[in-house]
Amino acid sequence: MSSRLSRTSVVAGVAFAAAASLIYACASQRPATSDLVSTDVASKVYVAPGSYDEFYAFLSGGFSGQLAVYGLPSGRLLKVIPVFSQNPENGYGYNEETKDMLKTTFGNVPWDDTHHPELSQTNGVPDGRWIFINGNNTPRVARVDLTSFETSEILQIPNAAGGHASPFSTPDTKYIVSATRFSVPVPNTDVAIDSYKQNFKGTLSFITADQPGKMDIAFQILMPGYNYDLGHAGKGPSEGWFFFTSYNSEQANTKLEENASKNDKDYIAAVNYRRAEACVAEGKAKTQPASYQHNFINESSGTTTSELKTSVRMLDPKACDGLVYYLPTPKSPHGVDIDPSGQYIVAGGKLASVIPVHSFAKFEKAIADKAFETTIDGIPVIKYDASLAGEVQKPGLGPLHTEFDGKGYAYTSMFISSEVVKWKLGTWEVVDRIPTYYSIGHLMIPGGDSKQPWGKYLVAMNKITKDRYLPTGPEMAQSAQLFDISGDKMKLLLDFPTIGEPHYAQALPASLIKDKSVKFRKLAENTHTWVTKAESEGSIVRKGKRVDVKMLAIRSHFAPDNLEGAQVGDTVYFHVTNVEQDWDILHGFAVLGANTSELILAPGETRTLKWTPTAPGVYPFYCTDFCSALHQEMQGYIRVSPSGSNVPLVANISKRSQAQLSAAAAEKAKTHEEHEKTEKARDRK
Amino acid sequence: MNRLSRALVVAAALAVATMLVTPLWTVHLGAPQYPEGLGMTIHINTVRGASEFDLMKINQLNHYIGMKVISPDAIPELKVMPWIVAALAVAGLAVAAMGRRRWLMVWLGAFALFGAVGIADFWRWEYDYGHDLDFENAIIKVPGMTYQPPLIGTKQLLNFTATSWPSTGAIAAGLAILLGAAALVVSAPRAPRRRTKTLGVEHMTAAGTDAHRTVGA
Repeated sequence: MSSRLSRTSVVAGVAFAAAASLIYACASQRPATSDLVSTDVASKVYVAPGSYDEFYAFLSGGFSGQLAVYGLPSGRLLKVIPVFSQNPENGYGYNEETKDMLKTTFGNVPWDDTHHPELSQTNGVPDGRWIFINGNNTPRVARVDLTSFETSEILQIPNAAGGHASPFSTPDTKYIVSATRFSVPVPNTDVAIDSYKQNFKGTLSFITADQPGKMDIAFQILMPGYNYDLGHAGKGPSEGWFFFTSYNSEQANTKLEENASKNDKDYIAAVNYRRAEACVAEGKAKTQPASYQHNFINESSGTTTSELKTSVRMLDPKACDGLVYYLPTPKSPHGVDIDPSGQYIVAGGKLASVIPVHSFAKFEKAIADKAFETTIDGIPVIKYDASLAGEVQKPGLGPLHTEFDGKGYAYTSMFISSEVVKWKLGTWEVVDRIPTYYSIGHLMIPGGDSKQPWGKYLVAMNKITKDRYLPTGPEMAQSAQLFDISGDKMKLLLDFPTIGEPHYAQALPASLIKDKSVKFRKLAENTHTWVTKAESEGSIVRKGKRVDVKMLAIRSHFAPDNLEGAQVGDTVYFHVTNVEQDWDILHGFAVLGANTSELILAPGETRTLKWTPTAPGVYPFYCTDFCSALHQEMQGYIRVSPSGSNVPLVANISKRSQAQLSAAAAEKAKTHEEHEKTEKARDRK
Repeated sequence: MNRLSRALVVAAALAVATMLVTPLWTVHLGAPQYPEGLGMTIHINTVRGASEFDLMKINQLNHYIGMKVISPDAIPELKVMPWIVAALAVAGLAVAAMGRRRWLMVWLGAFALFGAVGIADFWRWEYDYGHDLDFENAIIKVPGMTYQPPLIGTKQLLNFTATSWPSTGAIAAGLAILLGAAALVVSAPRAPRRRTKTLGVEHMTAAGTDAHRTVGA
């Protein structure tokens, strides 16, 4: 007995010691972030209940295909805006009104990979009209309206694969761009993959973007078959130029990991887009067939117009001299970022040991002096030293992206050494560095890629999360980190999880857009074909096998709410209008067995759910968005009879619709009476 | 009536006229779900929402308690009142033109009566909307609860705090009464002896002289 006891205690003691050493090991392994967090950070990120954040931040949703809206400095998620992925949560891409937003020449493509949000600009400063974002997989660009926070337009990019260097904007948002991550045969044809060097090309697309509903490809530039990675427009002295990084100048088509990492330098392509405009005007662009889809929302009806475009203007640099120059840049450069003054072009050479910075003034001089090392497919290659302003020495490992604070400093993300490095423009000296957890990709300062950064905060978007939050199985949320950059030293303030995988982000002061936010749409201005503005307008009608139900939603009922006469084999369209004219009074609509998502109806909006009943019976529908005290009573039934049944089509009449109908009848009688009176009076005369 | 009193009557008539173009009364409704508030303004000829869709929203909420729909078309007084007010304003100008104090008294009396009846009528409509509820179809029925908003001040009606206050038009009406009354005082004939006794000689003399001077003028 006693020996057993002592054995147990020995075992327990050993276990305890092991556990203690484990805990100790863990504690010592974990970076002591508490030391890196200054004591007063809580007050810096605390936004009291009911108070607003200072900034709106828009983080790409990465492989979620969406765009997430956060408040800064709190890091609170405010909204996920569906863009390139169907969103059953509100019916985007499922309902009849918005499903064609995802239409492409490949049919409905219900998912994409969003990388780079880009705010519209005026004079090189974010203006809060729209935010654009790219779809990387099936190249597309989208416009999100910042009064409604809804996707309002999507344009497919032809002759492209991997729309990665996109949708960066010119300082006036006349153009946004899309360049090809993957070179492909242009036009795409069936060729051997190892004929890459002969047949594969890259394209740079310039898309007119300053007119909502009218995005179009102004022209494309046919480029050597490299991978075009990222881009940014010039500004100030460099306005009129666009800069794109490229890698795989080796033109490898297999094992790029090694084969595309051989050259010491790849290129930044500098494009003079005003020269492109001139060449297009002179007829130097070749109009060639291309097939791509353009989809946009009609604001008053809420429905999508989808059009197929059939040609594109292609510019070959060989036919338009002075259009493109290559700036040799070490090594496999990723980001290309222009400082607020527009003088410096900073490259994130992801395998480089320095951060190279080109000078726009020296670049212009090099062109004038013809300081070229060679020419590739009609594109002069500037001598590296001729355009180089300086190199940031020993910045860290794996520089990717740079943003600016408007106070003379640049901040570069270092993927491999997992840190943000702050350095001074002009002297190129590193002045501060701070770790990120872990492996930072993009970073973002509000307005940090514009002429006027609001240099108070920096957001790091990390690729690896590991132990930063409570574990949630093998797949973890992505992690963003907020830093205070208002002082000399960067300070870590906050970690917050994000949706999907954020790549780039944009932010601007909330005051620029918050008061323009739409609270509801005016029912009087709703021009949807199937809008139901009054209960007396509710109906059920048949045309062959198609049954259309016109229905409205108002607290706390649908009208009509009892429908009969539908048959197996019919396709039933429920056109539901939320007639509320009140802020944040939404209704939902779902019907049993629907092979699609619910509808969410914003006030004043009409949405259509397509339903194909498969068996006779009575099926309920109900409101899915808790709208009022009687939300649980907001329901109805549709009766489905066997095919060929003689059950008549009936939509029941509500009390309110009776009142509306009798009021309308009385009004009609009154006008009729008045009409008769005037007739009589005229007769008397 | 002297020049000052005529001027006062003209001002009173203009104050009456402002009732035609400014709201008379406001009713504000606040609730936890309506931090921005809802409101109604009562005009001489209509009832409006404080902002574009407020009346619609209020009616929408009122259906829960079985209240009738608040519609300006259902209130016949709103069709008559503008004419009465316009007539009173014109009559006021006529009184000023005629300069007869007796007519001023009649006008002032008529206007005061109109005001009193108007407020009583407003209260009656509030009572009617607050009490004449469709109990059979009302969704929310609280035993003993009625929903008459206050005439002036604040009252809790379920989750809503209703606050009513006179607005520009009603304040102008009050001002018209004061101006009319002031005109009456200013145009009063010489103070009777009885008052002088109580007020003392000095005052009597001053008042007497004053009255004499103005009458002379």
